[in-house]
Amino acid sequence: MSAPQSSGEHLDVDALLDDRGVGIVVCCGSGGVGKTTTSAALALRAAERGRKVVVLTIDPARRLAQSMGIEALDNTPRPVAGADRAAGGHLDAMMLDMKRTFDEVVESQASPEKARQILENPFYVALSSSFAGTQEYMAMEKLGQIRRDAERDGTYDLIVVDTPPSRSALDFLDAPERLSSFLDGRFIKLMLAPARGPARLVTAGLGLVTGALTKVLGAQVLRDLQTFVTAIDTVFGGFRQRAMATYALLQDRRTAFLVVAAPEPDALREAAYFVDRLSEDRMPLAGLVVNRAAERPDGDLSAEAAYAAAERLRDVPGGGTGGSGGSVTAGLLRLYADQERLVERETRLRGRFAAAHPQVPTVVVPALPSDVHDLDGLRRVGELLAR
Amino acid sequence: MTSDWPGVRLHVVTGKGGTGKSTVAASLALALADEGKDVLLCEVEGRQGIARMFDVDPLPYAERRLATGLAREGGRAGTVHALHVDPEAALLEYLSIFYKLGRAGRALDRFGVIEFATTIAPGVRDVLLTGKVYEAVERNRRNKGAVEYDAVVLDAPPTGRIVQFLNVSNELAGLAKVGPIRSQADTMMTLFRSPRTAVHLVTVLEEMPVQETTDGIAELRAVDLPVGGVVVNLVRPQELDADQLAGADVDAVARDLVAAGVGAGPGLVEGLVRTGHEAAERRSLEDRQRRLVDALGVPAYELPRLTQGGDLAALYELAALLRAQGMA
Repeated sequence: MSAPQSSGEHLDVDALLDDRGVGIVVCCGSGGVGKTTTSAALALRAAERGRKVVVLTIDPARRLAQSMGIEALDNTPRPVAGADRAAGGHLDAMMLDMKRTFDEVVESQASPEKARQILENPFYVALSSSFAGTQEYMAMEKLGQIRRDAERDGTYDLIVVDTPPSRSALDFLDAPERLSSFLDGRFIKLMLAPARGPARLVTAGLGLVTGALTKVLGAQVLRDLQTFVTAIDTVFGGFRQRAMATYALLQDRRTAFLVVAAPEPDALREAAYFVDRLSEDRMPLAGLVVNRAAERPDGDLSAEAAYAAAERLRDVPGGGTGGSGGSVTAGLLRLYADQERLVERETRLRGRFAAAHPQVPTVVVPALPSDVHDLDGLRRVGELLAR
Repeated sequence: MTSDWPGVRLHVVTGKGGTGKSTVAASLALALADEGKDVLLCEVEGRQGIARMFDVDPLPYAERRLATGLAREGGRAGTVHALHVDPEAALLEYLSIFYKLGRAGRALDRFGVIEFATTIAPGVRDVLLTGKVYEAVERNRRNKGAVEYDAVVLDAPPTGRIVQFLNVSNELAGLAKVGPIRSQADTMMTLFRSPRTAVHLVTVLEEMPVQETTDGIAELRAVDLPVGGVVVNLVRPQELDADQLAGADVDAVARDLVAAGVGAGPGLVEGLVRTGHEAAERRSLEDRQRRLVDALGVPAYELPRLTQGGDLAALYELAALLRAQGMA
């Protein structure tokens, strides 16, 4: 079968994976487009082509995680036993534990006593487990850590990162900046003001604000909040520095971003958004992966002709497959026609994307009839990616 | 067919990313309007998906009339209004209504408190988002001036976050043990846990989404949130079963094509048979997932994969299908 390629330039996945100048591949895109599978397939293919690879996943399907040996969420890369090491490479995999990563950052930045104080504060607990963007930020934090360790120990020469399904495309790039600007915000300064003596900020506004907060939240909440803000302020400098280092790492030309999408209007719109954002932030974009594409069935019949033939078959007396009055063939003709229609629709959608982003190399990966949950499945996806 | 959810006023629609949850929420709103109900369709994630589906300009933080249901014979058609809930605007409104904080509210904004509250404390953010929805559901008793709705459909966050999102008092528990925002959250929980609410889950017949749906139902039940139905979306044609598809045979297909007067060019017969065999493989996987959905013990509804895709006419078509199956 022939996979319809988009009008844009073709993305050469093997050339990307073989390029020793590329040390980080980041897969981003909206939820439900097969990002995790794509990341894992790329990592496995790179390892079996001789790279020393670690893949950082966020939330893989249970059976896929099992087949890679990473059921446990322990923030430590583990070797993937089934990966072929004949070419001299190897593959490790890990699942990100967002909360633990955050805890580790706090522990590394503050004295043990201070760290304990922060870790126990209810606001920290809320922030570290569900702050919008924490997951994104922690994925980047972990990437930075692994990168530093890998450079020191020579453990890996390629890190493949799967990104969380963001609420919006922006979360992923904005998270480091948002977290640090939040911690540097006016409100935090305001909360810190009483603790810092000369109350330059104590204006008429302050009374209003604390009064209003007490009214809405209650006094206990306000006290917890103040404790938290005072404590986190001491580790704040470290956060900001790290966030900026991670951002710079992403902009480095040894990083390659792949935007993953499905041939659906929403997913492609998000992909377009990502592409624009990446170029705005001068992030190195390697290309677009369009997963789950419909494949044009063999045969030269148009969708309309196939529907018409299926209708005519209904009237053929007894002349059909095993006495079924042609119903199986009629059904097949309709499936064929549906498939043709789907291919036309997806081609139109991809064409629209390519017209607006002609500079983005693209690879189209056909939909597989079954789910991917083992290394052979990942290899098959890898081959399709490299077509 | 009568509705499976006659007493429900708040329909929460969740689902894994990529399953078409927003489309289902919009179709359900239209289906309820077809029943003569006045419906508010809310979105809370800032995606402006409703505006795109109904082909209108991006929605402001205000209720907009979007569409009218198809009237039944002798009946009156209901309406669909839409609301895009924005947490910051909701907080300011909340402060001015419940605490009469006009000036102080603006001071809070100036000091970045609004951003702070809606960013740092996700519990507070969710209380604000769900609070607005709560207000719309309970409106007839509280606010005589505004539009009254017979039903509210919430295009909610995805399955992975839905329990956290709705279980607002629990989420706040760590942050606010007492205080006004806490009692506000507790009042809302009373509605969410009541039979007037139903949380519907959207899935497709694939392994991961079905697994997430199963997990989601267990999590909802664990915190006493009322599970509604499961909507199986994007279903492929069911005309032939797996055996018929797998049994497609080159000679028979070739004979049928001749009988139908199709001049089969090279490859067509093989193409049709291969299409059948691949569909058979997919079909048997789907059948396995469908059995899992059936075993969940909640009403299930099916919506087809539309090959033309995504316009307003398609929403009406899906709405009619939901009605015919008793979801509205």
